[in-house]
Amino acid sequence: MVPGHLWDKMVAHCLDCLPLEGCGLLAGRADEAGRGEEVCDIFPALNAARSARLYIVEPRDLLRADRAAEAAGLSLIGAWHSHTHTPAYPSPTDVAQAPDPGWHYVLVSLSDLEPVVRSYRIVNGVVKEELVVLPA
Amino acid sequence: MVTGKVGFVPSHLDQLGDAVPVVVRLPNILRPIASGEASVNAEGATVRAVFDDLVRRYPGLRPSLLTPEGDMHRHLNVFVNDDDVRYLGKLEAKVGDADTLTLMPAVAGG
Repeated sequence: MVPGHLWDKMVAHCLDCLPLEGCGLLAGRADEAGRGEEVCDIFPALNAARSARLYIVEPRDLLRADRAAEAAGLSLIGAWHSHTHTPAYPSPTDVAQAPDPGWHYVLVSLSDLEPVVRSYRIVNGVVKEELVVLPA
Repeated sequence: MVTGKVGFVPSHLDQLGDAVPVVVRLPNILRPIASGEASVNAEGATVRAVFDDLVRRYPGLRPSLLTPEGDMHRHLNVFVNDDDVRYLGKLEAKVGDADTLTLMPAVAGG
């Protein structure tokens, strides 16, 4: 579950980063209803790769996000990044470098006029799309 | 009077230099390989010595910390307190008493 304002912030950061890929981290906790996890905050990050085809979350931003999440009683539960010219589906590089099978990997495609956002789990190289709930 | 380490220091500490106790914070993905906790204790005067001590305690951590050649794993971020060890000499970065090492896998892709 992702609150709408965080969803919008995520997309806005990706648009701000154009022509480069944008990226950031998701902080959250288990959903109270036990239906999954709830994104409670997001942390936009610098793309240390400064590339339109690759992204690296700036390590200091990663550390800051981890500490801020912990201070808020949350955990880092995923990451997002944009694809500037390709669909919202993990690239082979995304799959190869996905660090945590427990994380949510959100892709924001900016290849069309309307941004397309999808979320995936990546476990042992297997990509599985997951349902994202945007509460009203 | 006994001086130095003669006869009184466990052999593994000989390899740690002027070993100091540090806390190592582990990412979720490495916790099951270690104690299961968010942080573990280790000793060493440099990042390399701390890694050696961690591997001694938890051998399963080695492939996540070091390359087969013994270099720092390229997809691992290591911080001594707030500082990225890439700018401090990587594995040779100094570690002080009661410092905290934070390990985080790189978040990257294409």
